[in-house]
Amino acid sequence: MSIVFQKPESLTDKTTIFCPGCSHGIIHRLVGEALDELELRETTVGVAPVGCGVLLYEYFRTDIVEAPHGRAPALATGIKRVRPDLTVFSYQGDGDLASIGMAEIMHAANRGEMITVIFVNNANYGMTGGQMAPTTLPGQKTTTTPTGRDCATHGSPFRMAEIMGALDPVVYSARVSAATPAKIMKAKRAVKKAFQNQKENRGFSFVEVLSTCPTNWGMTPVDAVQFVEKDMEAYYPLGVFRDACGGEK
Amino acid sequence: MNKKVLMKGNEAIAEASVRAGLAGYFGYPITPQNEFTAYMSYHMPAKGRAFVQAESEVAAINMVYGAAATGCRVMTSSSSPGIALMQEAISYMCGAEVPAVIVNIMRGGPGLGNIGPSQGDYNQATRGGGNGDYKMIVYAPSTVQEAVDLTYNAFDVADKYKIPVFILGDGALGQMAEPVLLPEEKPVMKGDQGWGLSGAKGREPRAVMSLRLAEGELRKHNWNLAAKFERIAEAETKYELTDTDYDVLVTAFGTAARVAKTAVRQLREQGIKAALFRPVTICPFPYAALADAAKQAKKVLVAEMNTGQMLFDVKVAVEGAAPVEFMGCPGGESFSPEEIAAKIKEMQG
Ligand SMILES: Cc1ncc(C[n+]2csc(CCOP(=O)(O)OP(=O)(O)O)c2C)c(N)n1
Ligand code: SF4
Repeated sequence: MSIVFQKPESLTDKTTIFCPGCSHGIIHRLVGEALDELELRETTVGVAPVGCGVLLYEYFRTDIVEAPHGRAPALATGIKRVRPDLTVFSYQGDGDLASIGMAEIMHAANRGEMITVIFVNNANYGMTGGQMAPTTLPGQKTTTTPTGRDCATHGSPFRMAEIMGALDPVVYSARVSAATPAKIMKAKRAVKKAFQNQKENRGFSFVEVLSTCPTNWGMTPVDAVQFVEKDMEAYYPLGVFRDACGGEK
Repeated sequence: MNKKVLMKGNEAIAEASVRAGLAGYFGYPITPQNEFTAYMSYHMPAKGRAFVQAESEVAAINMVYGAAATGCRVMTSSSSPGIALMQEAISYMCGAEVPAVIVNIMRGGPGLGNIGPSQGDYNQATRGGGNGDYKMIVYAPSTVQEAVDLTYNAFDVADKYKIPVFILGDGALGQMAEPVLLPEEKPVMKGDQGWGLSGAKGREPRAVMSLRLAEGELRKHNWNLAAKFERIAEAETKYELTDTDYDVLVTAFGTAARVAKTAVRQLREQGIKAALFRPVTICPFPYAALADAAKQAKKVLVAEMNTGQMLFDVKVAVEGAAPVEFMGCPGGESFSPEEIAAKIKEMQG
């Protein structure tokens, strides 16, 4: 009997503690598959965020360092600068990357650091119980926007993939969605390309993945996926915002 | 033949670090340590090593954290408000047991204060500064030569104990030029010491982290860190005692100690029995040595360029063996030897 489907070698056998219906597990898998397919597992150092992605070292069979909240791009910079031979990626939530860590991501991108950034946008702070994130949709209710996000007082959501795409030194910036199998396949290609770029020394690559947080959204997993497809994808268009190396691989 | 060269404190410390096998420097400009950053921006890339002018001190120290997690020798330098911003990552590095060297060329505070030499960050350096239960090794050199030697060795000490090590100087030390003998150049220190992150080739994956969620794990870890610091205190505590016969024992560190030393020398020429006790490591503080030295003193004077921070440690060490008096100079400036001499004379009665 031939094996048609198995766990990526880059992931451990541990059961994740993510909530049912959360996309974090899927996104872990996409990263693991990309590392496997590009044969990068043994040269990789991942940088974990503060947020629901904090336990990267439990789930990845790669070396991992755990960053203070938001600072992962700075750690990744330090690693890559002293060890350019390593593959370095950061894996960050939207609170981590677009709020407390906004300066670090902007500058790492703008220096064109040779790293890969996986950005999980679930429109709220998952780990701390569903507060407003910089990516919370206008009108979206969270524990700190009980009457819905009001852009006049809370500011407007940041579209990070577009912002990254506008920076000259960035070689690749894309937004993908983890909502349906077809979209996950597309997301996989973007993640793989972001690692391929690093493998080929092309520069800074950024992949934003629209993700669910059924627990804090107060939705069933099915409703949460529909929220991503209907509401999030409407505000955050999927696509490639910069590709300095030519079409999808 | 190695011969003495005239160098500014900041540049001399930077050169000593390069010679210690530094693989990366990450920093952000702040007076009075700008020569340090400028020196590194030229000399590190010239040797094919990493230099990044970070977007902030927060980023700089996190670059240090990341790079150090690979097992390389890396460092940053800054001054008081910049060090304040670094405390978050320093706490993480202590929790994760990652070695690095951090130089603080102190200026006057609180807040923006001024750019004059000050010792206002004693408590911040010796009491942790970031969140949680940790201590670091803190060297307080009082001459450029000593700063060079301590910095060069600080990398070995940091690696040995897997702990960040502080060099605590001030604007006077950073800005003054003195003749120094520079240490030998070591090859760049990279590679696997058995714990660093280098890609999980042919071995189990490693994690460098400070998170300890499982019940009892953090308690165990913090006790281990405390025990490690006990070992450090036993093996690495350094101090200087200038004389063996004295009535007044002056305690001071760094620049204040340098001035106090001149005062003590002048007084001894006049037949007044004073001596200087100078902690070289202000953390671990030389409690036992000072307790011993204080037994012979009629009075102890603490002279600091702040409102009385080391005073607390001195009192703990002296433990009532002699009365302790304090003189402070907290305005981003230094004492004159005459001021200290006058105070000692007054204490002698
Ligand atoms: C300096 C600091 N501030 C705040 C926190 C608390 N905190 C932990 S996770 C988190 C938000 C994480 O949200 P996000 O990055 O969106 O990731 P998610 O959990 O949604 O995946 C916050 C604010 C912290 N640990 N450190
Ligand atoms: S809180 Fe939200 S983001 Fe975190 S694991 Fe649960 S569903 Fe996922």
